[in-house]
Amino acid sequence: MMTATEPLQLPSYLEQTDPVKSYFQDLKARPTVLDIEHLGKDFHSAKGPITALSDVSFSVHKKEFVSVIGPSGCGKSTLIRILAGLETPTRGAVSLDGKSVLGPGAERGMVFQGYTLFPWLNVTENVMFGPRMRGVNKAEARKKAGEWLEIVGLSGFADHYPDQLSGGMKQRVAIARSLANEPRILLMDEPFGALDAQTRAGMQSHLIRIWDSVDLTVLFITHDLDEAVHLADRIVVLAAHPGRIAQVIEVPVPRPRDRSQLLSGAFLATKNRLETLIYGRST
Amino acid sequence: MSSSLLKIREPLTPWARVWLMVCAFALPFLAWCVVSYLPFVWHPLVLVENAGDSSVPGTYDYVTEGQRVELEVFELRNQELARAGKRLAEGERVNPIYLPAPHQVARAFYTAFTTAPERRGDYWLHESLLHSCRIIFWGFFYAALIGIPLGVVCGTFPLLSQLTEPFVDFVRYMPAPVFGALAVAILGLADAPKITIIFIGTFFPMVLVVANTTRQVDLALMHAAQTLGARSWQVLRHVVVPAAMPNLYRDMRIQIGCAWTYLVVAELIGEKSGISAFIYQQQRYRNFDNVYASIVIIGSIGLVSDQLLAFAARFLFPWESKSVGLLAQLKRMRRSAPGPLPGAAEVVGAGQ
Repeated sequence: MMTATEPLQLPSYLEQTDPVKSYFQDLKARPTVLDIEHLGKDFHSAKGPITALSDVSFSVHKKEFVSVIGPSGCGKSTLIRILAGLETPTRGAVSLDGKSVLGPGAERGMVFQGYTLFPWLNVTENVMFGPRMRGVNKAEARKKAGEWLEIVGLSGFADHYPDQLSGGMKQRVAIARSLANEPRILLMDEPFGALDAQTRAGMQSHLIRIWDSVDLTVLFITHDLDEAVHLADRIVVLAAHPGRIAQVIEVPVPRPRDRSQLLSGAFLATKNRLETLIYGRST
Repeated sequence: MSSSLLKIREPLTPWARVWLMVCAFALPFLAWCVVSYLPFVWHPLVLVENAGDSSVPGTYDYVTEGQRVELEVFELRNQELARAGKRLAEGERVNPIYLPAPHQVARAFYTAFTTAPERRGDYWLHESLLHSCRIIFWGFFYAALIGIPLGVVCGTFPLLSQLTEPFVDFVRYMPAPVFGALAVAILGLADAPKITIIFIGTFFPMVLVVANTTRQVDLALMHAAQTLGARSWQVLRHVVVPAAMPNLYRDMRIQIGCAWTYLVVAELIGEKSGISAFIYQQQRYRNFDNVYASIVIIGSIGLVSDQLLAFAARFLFPWESKSVGLLAQLKRMRRSAPGPLPGAAEVVGAGQ
């Protein structure tokens, strides 16, 4: 008989039920969208070069949701900035659909941690920005923006300026703005990091619904263990100094996901494994 | 009591703002009235109305009617007259000629516009003023026409910044008036050298100010634009420029003030013109009431034009939170109330 204060007896995070097994078989059969090969990045400091990333390699399959998690200083932000083309790697290569990534581009959408909506454009104009830059005509871009705002549930705020929205709404507009370009992959750099817990939970459910409803591949950086497990198919766990891959974990929690699973054995086992890897704690 | 009034960074109520603004003008004006109308506050001179018996010789026999003499001199002259037993001088205590009373300046303000120029070929005051405004406008216009784009690209591309700003910084330290003689030699006596002085005086600081303001644009916005597919020139045109615009506008409002500073110098080189020539002339005639009237006019033009520009900003940059109208603010307060995520249902619908 277990008492309330004893730790739960958890299954192994490696145990997968049959539906989960076949889900991963199906996933791995899909072509890869993003390939990262032996990626390394050095920064120069007064004390000499510092290795931020060392020999990072993994691939993201089509329609896959990958979370990247790790302690501070593990280079997760550097990694996603390299993937976005905002920084150049010192070693290794990134390719999207087999083509080398050499700079920023619309085929890799990015949602930033801070609010990066353009304050002088209203919500619709913000979502129209990408298509307009790529030469889509105004009427077409406006129509497309309307559709995406519908998907993120902000049709009623089309004429508002970003300054008039709450933090969660701003990030939903930012997601719509990236998706309006129909990117091959959506890079998300701790997009809900600045939100309060309640809004954050709502945004996670919202993101899962969007991911379910459209053909979308996501690479999601977070430092929140629950968020990583709740959202991802696979979790890339990074270790710090230098930033490198500690383990890639297949999340055994079946889909569709909802918040009740936050207490399931599969979820807690995965979270426990992450804690062991990141904080060196073992239960 | 002071602790209850002087609250650190505590916003004022609208009424307090209005009253304090009125006081900002009323207090200096009141001080001026006190000094002008209360004889015991200052009034160091005596305006001689009647010199007494001017035939009495003495050290101070130069005191004549209509003169403003120091109180001490006036009293010493009366002692001389008293000793001789002659008629005493009479006079009224006044302020120096360079401090006219408010009503004198007010009268000058009116008459300056209504009296014809003393010499034929001279300009009416309003003509002089208009001329000054034209000089300012063109000088500032050319400076902004070149200075703003140059500053914006300097603030965006470090290569151009390093190529331009050291030299601009060097020229900035040269006082614009030193170019006066050169400008006259090259451009003649008419308006061109005056416009050039305004240009030189405002252009060089403007480039540096604009570049600095541009550099303050959030880099994350530019990165976001790049990940949305914008190329360098598109980032410049569609992100840097609109993001910097409200602050650039504020910069320009301050820079116009600098243009007025150079105006006085500019108008006195070559052929004297405009409001400065008027002030210069009136000062030589010792019509200080006119001088004050002109200074007040310049101040008023500055204040009114600046307030108009500030007002226009509300319409030019409606996204700036401070400029958002009361109605929009109320709407926002209502919207920020917690509630279910709107539109969640549509997303489920879109997935089916």
